[in-house]
Amino acid sequence: MKVLEKVFDKYRSDFEKGGKYEKYYPLFEMMDTILLWTNERTHSGPHVRDALDLKRFMMMVIVALLPATLFGMYNVGYQHFHAIGIGASIGEMFSYGFWAMLPLIIVSYAVGGTWEVLFSIVRKHEVNEGFLVTGLLFPLILPPTMPLGQAAVAISFGVVIGKEVFGGTGMNLLNPALTARAFVFFAYPGKISGDKVWTAFDAAKEKLVDGFSGATPLLSASSTPQGASAVEQLHKSGFDFMQMFYGFIPGSIGETSTLAILIGALILIITGVGSWRIMVAVFAGGYATAALFNALAGPASTGMFTLPPYYHLVMGGFAFGAIFMATDPVSASQTNTGKWIYGFLIGALAIMIRTVNPAYPEGMMLAILFMNIFSPLIDYYVVKANIKRRLSRA
Amino acid sequence: MAEFKLKRGYNVPLAGAADKQLTVVDPPDTVALLPHEFRGIKPRLAVKEGDTVKIGTTLFTDKVHSDIVFVAPVSGKVVAINRGERRKLLEIVVENDRKDETERVGNWSTADLENMTREDVVKHLLASGLWAHLIKRPFIEVANPEETPRDIFISGFSTAPLAADVSFLLQEEQESFQFGVQMLAKLTDGAVHLSVDGKNNTSPGWFSQIKGVQVHRFSGPHPAGNVGVQIHHIKPLKSGELVWQVKPEAVALLGQFFKNGVFPTERIVALAGTGLKKKQYFKVRSGASFSSFIKKEMLTDNALRFISGDVLTGWATKQDGFVSFYDALISVIPEAQKERKLLGYFRPGFKTPSFSKTFLSSFLRPGKQDYEMDTGQKGGHRAFVMSASDYEKVVPMNILPVPLAKSILAKDIEEMEGLGILELAEEDVALCSYICLSKTDFGQILRDGLDMIQKEG
Repeated sequence: MKVLEKVFDKYRSDFEKGGKYEKYYPLFEMMDTILLWTNERTHSGPHVRDALDLKRFMMMVIVALLPATLFGMYNVGYQHFHAIGIGASIGEMFSYGFWAMLPLIIVSYAVGGTWEVLFSIVRKHEVNEGFLVTGLLFPLILPPTMPLGQAAVAISFGVVIGKEVFGGTGMNLLNPALTARAFVFFAYPGKISGDKVWTAFDAAKEKLVDGFSGATPLLSASSTPQGASAVEQLHKSGFDFMQMFYGFIPGSIGETSTLAILIGALILIITGVGSWRIMVAVFAGGYATAALFNALAGPASTGMFTLPPYYHLVMGGFAFGAIFMATDPVSASQTNTGKWIYGFLIGALAIMIRTVNPAYPEGMMLAILFMNIFSPLIDYYVVKANIKRRLSRA
Repeated sequence: MAEFKLKRGYNVPLAGAADKQLTVVDPPDTVALLPHEFRGIKPRLAVKEGDTVKIGTTLFTDKVHSDIVFVAPVSGKVVAINRGERRKLLEIVVENDRKDETERVGNWSTADLENMTREDVVKHLLASGLWAHLIKRPFIEVANPEETPRDIFISGFSTAPLAADVSFLLQEEQESFQFGVQMLAKLTDGAVHLSVDGKNNTSPGWFSQIKGVQVHRFSGPHPAGNVGVQIHHIKPLKSGELVWQVKPEAVALLGQFFKNGVFPTERIVALAGTGLKKKQYFKVRSGASFSSFIKKEMLTDNALRFISGDVLTGWATKQDGFVSFYDALISVIPEAQKERKLLGYFRPGFKTPSFSKTFLSSFLRPGKQDYEMDTGQKGGHRAFVMSASDYEKVVPMNILPVPLAKSILAKDIEEMEGLGILELAEEDVALCSYICLSKTDFGQILRDGLDMIQKEG
């Protein structure tokens, strides 16, 4: 790659200390090292280093997100053609979803990336690769009808308030993508809740089929009348377990297919990039809590109490949150003991919100953000326990 | 004999270990002492350029403890005193006149050794020029002769990449080693602990016959051979306690000294690494110039890095450098290539070594230890991103490396002591730096923390 090397070398001096664009060195460094891998030599510490760096680490997460992303694109098209009652080939469905989602991805990367670079320039540090993942995670947890302008405002909020005010990637308490989604939820509730937003269609040109509801399974389940069975309610709305597991349901773009998400989980676990402890703990916490509510269900409780645990795990953002959001290494608990507690509580809280809060059918986002805030506290006690154990040993 | 099987750790899969073949090298033209090697020592010169010295003549002493002396390993003339920035003493070079005139430290027979008191042993060891082989922990610096250690620890093997095989280094030293242990035992009220390789037989078999030591068997990946890890498992350092550690080669040197009453001048060093065409052991003069045994035709054509010690914790020296006082290993590896690869961080990695499982090599060639590695940093510096518990996989101790590092960065002395900073040496956390995807130098952070505590205390 001599040509590229020459180009970068030609302009390098302009961006280095004393050059005329010295200020923009982080931008230069980002472009330079994203295209051409660094050839920097070790100068302190071990003379040889592991080949894994942050860029590769983040790229692994992106690879793990691909199944969910590709299926999400397909499903956006599937839901669309289903809603307007027109038959279409797999290619057409995918292509529809691709073109619906591409602008969201571009906006997310462009706007969020701009903030990232801006802060790097002001703070004079390298652009952190963490944004590669945030930029893709955010569109995946949006409904396909999300207006671009609002997505742009939200990702700005997520990156700046969720991350940069704490000092950038590595220092942040909150998961930036989820912070952005929480912003959408509270600032533009009409764009991310209810039954109108989950299916992309053009009201001016297209007509929905009769009886089309557009509600997500979670919304249907939460409307179960008191004392009735949530599973029956789901069946009435046309959802069954396997369909939800495969993901042919309305929902946020990347969240619907538990199968695609589990493929991603497999990649994260095999490569060691994502913490299996957190994933297992979230599912365990969710399962246990849902089972507990099942046991408590009675004629006086809402219908949601009757939803079986394994239904909960494939609905809404549960799986996506457990695999890709809760495991963010920076905002999650850092100690092994802490990871179990952190993950279990995320699962438990998410199901609790779903079940006992009738106003809000999905609890995953808030559960993770809430536990993001608590993870330093959990770690604090784990570290203190280590100190205590060291003091007390013989 | 206690048995310790450590699970956590990582053997850096570096190719280029030295063949077990020994060449005896002719006496060198020049030798040098390198004062910067001696941690905790503030050197005060005892000679000037042009002085004639004998084997055993003091070249410099410590400013604080002037009885800690560092002596010439050849007889001849002091030809250069090289200083670096801020007049820091770098090298004291002595030209060898090949007469091998020797200053005798003491006249005693081996039968007298048994009756020597602690004071005698300290006095003779200080005068021998070998005192600096006694290292104190915490702080990992040259032992203070006024202090008495709780115990003395010897790690009888090394698990560091390309490490010299202790059983090869000590093949003719059983008697000297026994003498060395006998004298060390007089320095402590506690015990002398000797750890042997419980798996790969890189410790001499006769270690189990050595009298006056408690033998422990350790097995596991690197850093199981680090004395700090062993102390942690045998009898951990508690607040206010102090132990000494000695390398096994140095124990044999102490033994030789007490046997003969003169400074022992011979050392065996391993020359290893893929920067060399032939990797083997050499018997050389202490402090010998590399040029006396590293010939140009032995090197590959790459730009090379010469490292005194192992690739994780050694220090960069140069092709015309000198044999270290401490290290029995010289690693020579290629410098990172200048050429940069397009999207190099995202290649499949059929033959890329990594602790992580993010390269195909982990699945296609599991357990292979034959990788040529260069000095590339393989990524830029970043803030901590990797989960703290991932670093624990390479620290086989009840220690949390990242909370510790963060407490050091926050300058919280109480917290760092609570988290066990005083039990650690740079070498014990070197693998954390190795696997860190943010390319953090844990060793430097640890040393900053130790310096902070020393300054406060």
